[in-house]
Amino acid sequence: MNAVELPPPVETEEVNYLTCECGVKQWLLTTDHKRIGILFLYTILVFFTLAAVAAALMRIELLTPKGDLLLSADYNKLFTMHGVLMVWFFLIPSIPSVLGNFLVPLMIGARDLAFPKLNLLSWYLFVIGGALAMDAIIRGGVDTGWTFYAPYSTTYSNSHVIEMAAGIFVAGFGSILTGLNFIITIHKMRAPGLTWFRLPLFIWSMYSTSLILVLATPVLAMTLALMAIERIWGVGIFNPALGGDPVLFQHLFWFYSHPAVYIMILPGMGVASEVIPCFSRKAIFGYEFVAFSSVAIAVLGFLVWGHHMFVSGMSPYAGTVFSLMSFLVAVPSAIKVFNWTMTLHRGSISFSTPMLYVLGFIGLFTIGGLTGVFLACLAADVHLHDTYFVIAHFHYIMVGGMVTTFMAGLHYWWPKIVGRMYPEKLGQLSAVILFVGFNLTFFPMFILGGLGMPRRYHAYPPEFQIYHVLSTAGASILGIGYLLPVIYLLWSLKFGKKAPPNPWGATGLEWKTPSPPPKHNFHRTPIVHEPAYNFPPLDAS
Amino acid sequence: MNEPPAKVQFDNLEQQHDASRLGMWLFLATEFLFFGVLFMAFAVHHLLHPQAFASAVKQTNLLCGSINAALLLTSGLTMALGVTAIQNGRSRACVNWVSLTLILGLVFLAVKGAEYAGDISKGLVPGRHFAMNGEPAAQIFFWLYWLMTGLHAIHLIVGIVMLAAIAWMTKQGRFSARYATPVELAGIYWGFVDLIWIFLYPLLYLIGRVK
Amino acid sequence: MSIPVLPDSASTLAPKTDLILLALTALSVVVMAIVFLPMIYFLFKYRRGRPADRTPLDLPTMKIEVTWTVIPLVLMMGLYAWASEVYLEEETPPLGAIEINVVGKQWMWKIEHAEGNAEINELHVPVGKPVKLTLASQDVIHSFFIPAFRIKQDVVPGRYTSEWFQPTKPGTYHLFCSQYCGNNHSQMIGSVVVMEPAAYERWLAESSPGQTLAQQGASLFRELGCSGCHMGNSVVHAPRFEGLYGKPVALQTGQVVIADDAYLRDCILTPAARVPGGYSPLMPSFQGRVNEGEIFQLIAYIKSLASAPVEGSPP
Ligand code: HEA
Ligand code: HEA
Ligand code: HEC
Ligand code: CUA
Ligand SMILES: [Cu+2]
Repeated sequence: MNAVELPPPVETEEVNYLTCECGVKQWLLTTDHKRIGILFLYTILVFFTLAAVAAALMRIELLTPKGDLLLSADYNKLFTMHGVLMVWFFLIPSIPSVLGNFLVPLMIGARDLAFPKLNLLSWYLFVIGGALAMDAIIRGGVDTGWTFYAPYSTTYSNSHVIEMAAGIFVAGFGSILTGLNFIITIHKMRAPGLTWFRLPLFIWSMYSTSLILVLATPVLAMTLALMAIERIWGVGIFNPALGGDPVLFQHLFWFYSHPAVYIMILPGMGVASEVIPCFSRKAIFGYEFVAFSSVAIAVLGFLVWGHHMFVSGMSPYAGTVFSLMSFLVAVPSAIKVFNWTMTLHRGSISFSTPMLYVLGFIGLFTIGGLTGVFLACLAADVHLHDTYFVIAHFHYIMVGGMVTTFMAGLHYWWPKIVGRMYPEKLGQLSAVILFVGFNLTFFPMFILGGLGMPRRYHAYPPEFQIYHVLSTAGASILGIGYLLPVIYLLWSLKFGKKAPPNPWGATGLEWKTPSPPPKHNFHRTPIVHEPAYNFPPLDAS
Repeated sequence: MNEPPAKVQFDNLEQQHDASRLGMWLFLATEFLFFGVLFMAFAVHHLLHPQAFASAVKQTNLLCGSINAALLLTSGLTMALGVTAIQNGRSRACVNWVSLTLILGLVFLAVKGAEYAGDISKGLVPGRHFAMNGEPAAQIFFWLYWLMTGLHAIHLIVGIVMLAAIAWMTKQGRFSARYATPVELAGIYWGFVDLIWIFLYPLLYLIGRVK
Repeated sequence: MSIPVLPDSASTLAPKTDLILLALTALSVVVMAIVFLPMIYFLFKYRRGRPADRTPLDLPTMKIEVTWTVIPLVLMMGLYAWASEVYLEEETPPLGAIEINVVGKQWMWKIEHAEGNAEINELHVPVGKPVKLTLASQDVIHSFFIPAFRIKQDVVPGRYTSEWFQPTKPGTYHLFCSQYCGNNHSQMIGSVVVMEPAAYERWLAESSPGQTLAQQGASLFRELGCSGCHMGNSVVHAPRFEGLYGKPVALQTGQVVIADDAYLRDCILTPAARVPGGYSPLMPSFQGRVNEGEIFQLIAYIKSLASAPVEGSPP
């Protein structure tokens, strides 16, 4: 049975969104969501590269216990740059602004997002914000850490804090506009017949992510603005010498930043929920539960911010409440993991590159999430707070989880985006390299943290060295795991096999239109008659 | 009547209208959280320094604040009337109501300007010449006072520019009963600016004033 | 070179924390087994091209979902209650603990013992006795972290925080500043020396400056001119400190507060904000004129007057 009433896609060379009007100006002023997605892809890759170089320098410094390669001041600037760029200029826009932009209208059968001009504005805001941040870095850098804790950031640091905050502020408004666009588009522009419970789960995850983007980012923006104003004029809202409260800054910062960590995982979960059914040829197990758990994560995520502040001097009773909420927020994630596993049952599983990445994701995310539960556990966090255990926890989720699914998604939709196949064997190889390198880099950090190695240290007691050496070795492998795909994906642009409209035999509207899609996505508005992931039933053989 | 065709990404004008309206509401939710940080900071410092805040609030200009509250509430009403007018196709009435709203907004700004001038001469600007030096935390009150009212004023100015454009376009006959989306959006936005003042007014002028 | 896997365990809280960590690890291993073993089995059994029975089953989805929601939830609630209890214990110093003051500043730790001994980046304590640290910061936020004791507490400027421990094993342990505090954050380290009680007494005597903390405070009290108002027959009507510490004080606003360390500190730095009933706000602020270490000394002095007879009342 065919899902939509469409003429069979024509196999001739037709004009698509890449080949029509391709001057520089047409690209820079485009309002086509697909092109904007590609603009984002290029931009975030630049920031990722810069942040990864910072990571490489940090890892090399940490090879020896003495701080011999870099001055402590430079090391501090490096991890700040690494954290800021990775979080705000790479990971937050990664899946939403690149794949989300490209896919949301395609998946719901729309011709574009609701507000294409705002969408372009998002990209410009992002670029301006990024330029400000880069300028701050070039002119000498910032040394506050990505968390900007007052009063260090407001009074004591001598670095370019204000400009960096301005960069994040501007880029933040870009994120808000993206989130707003997605919510409206998903609400109002679904194709006929595409009811909420027929939506691909990727859309559900984008919807939840957008809610957080829209509701949390303004809090960050104002908090950073207050921080900058305080730095310029000595306001005193956060400065204890003037009657202010430095812990208030932490409350405001984490009120944004904890929900923001879910911005950095929900989209990845969405990708996993697309890839697993496709490569098991089977509908996802418990669709409604997976869908609603995304929303539950988004909502509960707003109530747990205090778990970053268990030893900040906050009331211990508030601590117990935040701990409880943090345990609860683990439940919807648990639901997802179990449903993904159950989807494999009686499937027909193929180990194509996207699937390999996603399987790696499930493993790494589970470990990262379980160690999050360690940290949510009050007495355990008192010991583990601000040690490498925390570093390991969030790299497992953000790199092992989100970056891995970003790679999965990039491979999965690559044929759709560029119209060419990537080399499968190399893809599988790099997925394996990434997995191995990742674990070697970050697993030793759990032990380091347990031993009490504090984070943001560029020199450390010699007994910790062995673990740092392992970690740096792992980072070199990991580096190869990132480099390889860059090379072969670029190669495939020219030499890859031409991609058919639906190379994976997947369901979903994006596969019902040519690869790459035409300018307005569909030749005729599709009409949907069936639930998501409606694969033909498998039989006994 | 000349109504513009729906933009290419939309199926029809109705869909476009719904999308724009929902978009405005969401945008205002964002704005509310943006202000929310300042409210939060205000609340926390109110708890930390009840005395200083109580004596600081006595220094603000209750008369100006109250006049402005009345002005904005009235303008909320006139704006609503303007929107209703265009929805019923009476574009002349709409122009009048929107212009009246705009004027009320300008008067608000004038009163606010006079108030600011008075505040400055009373030495209520935090910094070296701050008048209430005995109470360091009163500075925080006034920082928040200037930040919150200033941010509100910026929003109001944006609103006034928006209303001017709307009045002009209505006059040109660009809107009708069938297509009034921009007028409605401006109305929603104006309502939001009102609402923020309804929160600011008690915080900055009333609470702790009378004891 | 020995490769450490577990940190030293040298306080009464350490084994309790370790037990929780162990339980968490066990739970994680079980969860991972539950997730990964079936997953690997499915991946093997249902890989494409391998013959297997793939006919869809009609499973009771709702029951399954509820099961795997509720079981982890129950397990986690147990852990939650347990860990919270230990945390609340960590946050409540026992009565009669040895009190030691710590001042953090970029980038060193200054430690003041009640006996008057002062040390930099080193903390000497006797084994087997509870110790309560009162923490103050001169500038930014620091954090006082002793991995072997499994305790950590941020040191926040503008207020006092505290932590406590009871060492169980003599030895020398790491002391780290674990909250990022600027350039030499990673140099803000030191050691905690746990000694047998006798050795500790000897150490106190040997490194004694000859004056207790309270005596140092008393001389400061005169040097800064506090005594001019607060002592003898001064013209200014200012409160006396005999019997003040630890007692409730009625403020002009009608509020009643306990005269503890934090209150005394606030009185010295922002006297106008909390005027005790019956006095007029005449006291100047000493903000910027005394540092956190000196405030500790003044407080120690005022504390030492707690048991002195209140003037005017029979002894
Ligand atoms: C994508 C980002 C991301 C995500 C998704 C998470 C998810 C979680 N995080 Fe994490 N976290 C960060 C990014 C993230 N975190 C970052 C960046 C920091 C450090 C910030 C800084 O200081 O710089 C941090 C820090 C951090 C802390 C503070 C540590 C400290 O500084 O002391 C805590 C404490 O509670 C915590 C908890 C959690 C929990 C409970 C989850 C949960 O949502 C996890 C839920 C998932 C699972 C539990 C796994 C799957 C479930 C099962 C397989 C079922 C069975 C499970 C059980 C029975 C338990 N995180
Ligand atoms: C999206 C988020 C993201 C991503 C993808 C990464 C990726 C990586 N991070 Fe990042 N990290 C953060 C977010 C992220 N990080 C944040 C938020 C912080 C906290 C900052 C703060 O405290 O303020 C942090 C902090 C942080 C620290 C702690 C610093 C400290 O506290 O002192 C370390 C230490 O090893 C680290 C390492 C790495 C490594 C090795 C990678 C790797 O995945 C990168 C792999 C890439 C390369 C290694 C480069 C390319 C390869 C080569 C050029 C080959 C040669 C390489 C070698 C010889 C090593 N990160
Ligand atoms: C000019 C006189 C003067 C000086 C000098 C002075 N004080 Fe005071 N102090 C007062 C007065 C008057 C009060 C009560 C009203 C107030 O709080 O202003 C007071 C209140 C206090 C209190 C609160 C006592 C209570 O009963 O609650 C403390 C504690 C205190 N002072 C400590 C000090 C210390 C320590 C110094 C020196 C560093 C000092 N004072 C210097 C006049 C002074
Ligand atoms: Cu002090 Cu870090
Ligand atoms: Cu968090």
